[in-house]
Amino acid sequence: MLKINCSVSVKDKKILDNVSLSVKPGTIHVVMGPNGAGKSTLSHAVMGDDRYTVEGSIKMDGDELTSLPMDERARKGLFMSFQYPVEIPGLSMKKFLRAAYKSVHGDITVMDFKKVYDTASKSLGVHTKYVNDGASGGQKKRNEMLQLKVLNPKYALLDETDSGLDVDALKVVAQTVKDAVQDGCGVLLVTHYLKFLEYLQPDDVTVIVNGRVVEQGDIKLAQKIEVEGYSGY
Amino acid sequence: MNRELYDKADDHTPKFVSKPGITESLVRFISNQKNEPGWMLQKRLQGFELFKKTSVPTWGPDLSGLDLNKIVYYTDPNTKETQNWDDLPQEIRDTFDKLGIPEAEKNLFMGVGAQYDSNVVYHNLHESLKKQGVIFENMDVAVQKYPNLVKKYFMTQCIPVNDHKFIMLHAAVWSGGTFIYVPKNVKVSLPLQAYFRMNQKDGGQFEHTLIILDEGAELEYIEGCSSPRYQQSSLHAGCVELIVMPGAKMCYTSIENWSKNVYNLNTKRAIVHKDARVEWVNGNMGSTRTMLYPTSVLIGEGASSESVGIAFAGEGQDQDTGSKVIHAASNTKSVIIAKSISKTGCSSYRGLVKVMPSAKNVSSTVQCDALLMDGGQTKTYPYMQVAQKDVKVSHEATVSRVNDDQVRYLQSRGLSEDDARKYIVSGFVEPIVRSMPFEYAVELNKLIELEVTGL
Repeated sequence: MLKINCSVSVKDKKILDNVSLSVKPGTIHVVMGPNGAGKSTLSHAVMGDDRYTVEGSIKMDGDELTSLPMDERARKGLFMSFQYPVEIPGLSMKKFLRAAYKSVHGDITVMDFKKVYDTASKSLGVHTKYVNDGASGGQKKRNEMLQLKVLNPKYALLDETDSGLDVDALKVVAQTVKDAVQDGCGVLLVTHYLKFLEYLQPDDVTVIVNGRVVEQGDIKLAQKIEVEGYSGY
Repeated sequence: MNRELYDKADDHTPKFVSKPGITESLVRFISNQKNEPGWMLQKRLQGFELFKKTSVPTWGPDLSGLDLNKIVYYTDPNTKETQNWDDLPQEIRDTFDKLGIPEAEKNLFMGVGAQYDSNVVYHNLHESLKKQGVIFENMDVAVQKYPNLVKKYFMTQCIPVNDHKFIMLHAAVWSGGTFIYVPKNVKVSLPLQAYFRMNQKDGGQFEHTLIILDEGAELEYIEGCSSPRYQQSSLHAGCVELIVMPGAKMCYTSIENWSKNVYNLNTKRAIVHKDARVEWVNGNMGSTRTMLYPTSVLIGEGASSESVGIAFAGEGQDQDTGSKVIHAASNTKSVIIAKSISKTGCSSYRGLVKVMPSAKNVSSTVQCDALLMDGGQTKTYPYMQVAQKDVKVSHEATVSRVNDDQVRYLQSRGLSEDDARKYIVSGFVEPIVRSMPFEYAVELNKLIELEVTGL
């Protein structure tokens, strides 16, 4: 279980106030909210981005994460799909992902890794040479899913992974998330669109407005938001 | 692997070490030692006279720390040239073993030469190439064995003795190096390699490389360079002359990894005839100062040149590198790709594209990319002299940093911060490394890793 109980600030400005939620293995927990609610802050802070100051506790399967840097969290099995994946010119995706895989799961031969990588990139229809270099927004999101598939994390934070995708890409991404969940991955899905949820069945829904949790529930809450929006909070 | 592999001095006692500084009698002594013909001695003396009259160039990096009176200009290692690694004194053999040269010869090359301080100590060429008439010799030996070719091309039309201060010096005290002749239409399928090791404290290395590719010939040549680290300055002022005859193709790769007390003031130039092609691949990792601008003079129609380079400038290093192309004939093409990484040090791109009035339909592309880390500096001096309208000339320059978003992104996948930086830098140099032979690419990547992580 990924248990989040914390407040988050950036340069002394409090963005999230006493947010409390948890993600069970093999389930999807959706965090919704209007623009500027602090949703992206939540995923960055949980991942361990050092620009965010966290007060409180973030526990993964019982381990306290708050004092750990990003890379150690990743090695414990946490993953984040970025809203704006970063371009690294000239760095081979395969070479980098093998290094990442080794740091998370231990050594793997070039040949064995090639199988893992090729299977994943084939199923996603991804042909990427360098890490996001020159890729379109949609390709970058697919590349994030490639990394999710290859690294096979215990918990994944998906930060607006659905934004900027066309219907076909959306389906591919949704399928990847479903597969991961089926494999036992706990997913924290941050979004402010509802379209994505037509493809995915979330188990839990949390609504954040102005940095505070205003309501928690199940899929019905998402459906309510779809009709009523956030203006009632 | 660590830096010590290159930086540690070997325990070798040379046969002869000249007194520091240069005098006419030293120039005569060197010529005499090599039993040279009169014309070569004259060339040396001419170089020495010009050298005395010419001042150290001040348009580039600061060379004030180089005291030319303290340099040891000639160090004769205590061994004769051999074709068998086992004949070398153990400590020299050990050094080349550690650098992986004999092993590489077995697997990768059709010929290898190795120079230790002033003289070549090992030289060997694959039997099949000898049969095809390929000549691969120590430059000193070539003066004796192939006087006509050497007299015609040695510091005459390609790099004349009066070219600049350090070429004048080179002409006066040059020793060792490589002479290669590839006959018409002979295509050498695997590279030839030379390795230059400077071991002498306060030493100078002045090897001369002269390569002549006859019509339609092809050759890939690789040189590696290193030296141990001393407190005092050392000087490397080599000279590389390539004569690429019509239709011939030459690829010249060098990885210069001198220790950080070395002034590397090196000159490389190619004369490229009709439909011939030259490719320069340069990696400059070491040295306190580097001034190196491999030059292609495209004198025949349809000639082409490509120059790719990577320079790394760490603490106390000023890497002034680039490339020059003279388009002296029509339908000639050139590409220059220069990348630099400045980590606390300074690296500059200094280059020239010159199109002569008579050269039509010329195309030239220059691309310089600088990566800055930890307060490093970069400068760009891209000179263009175009005296013809019918040309396509472009220059593009970028400056970037290893940015925190990139580091964070890789860290979020489980890489440590150091590894993240390393991978980002390896991506930056990838287009250059890709054009290197595999083992050199591996070595360069390791060297960069070493420098970037600051160990």
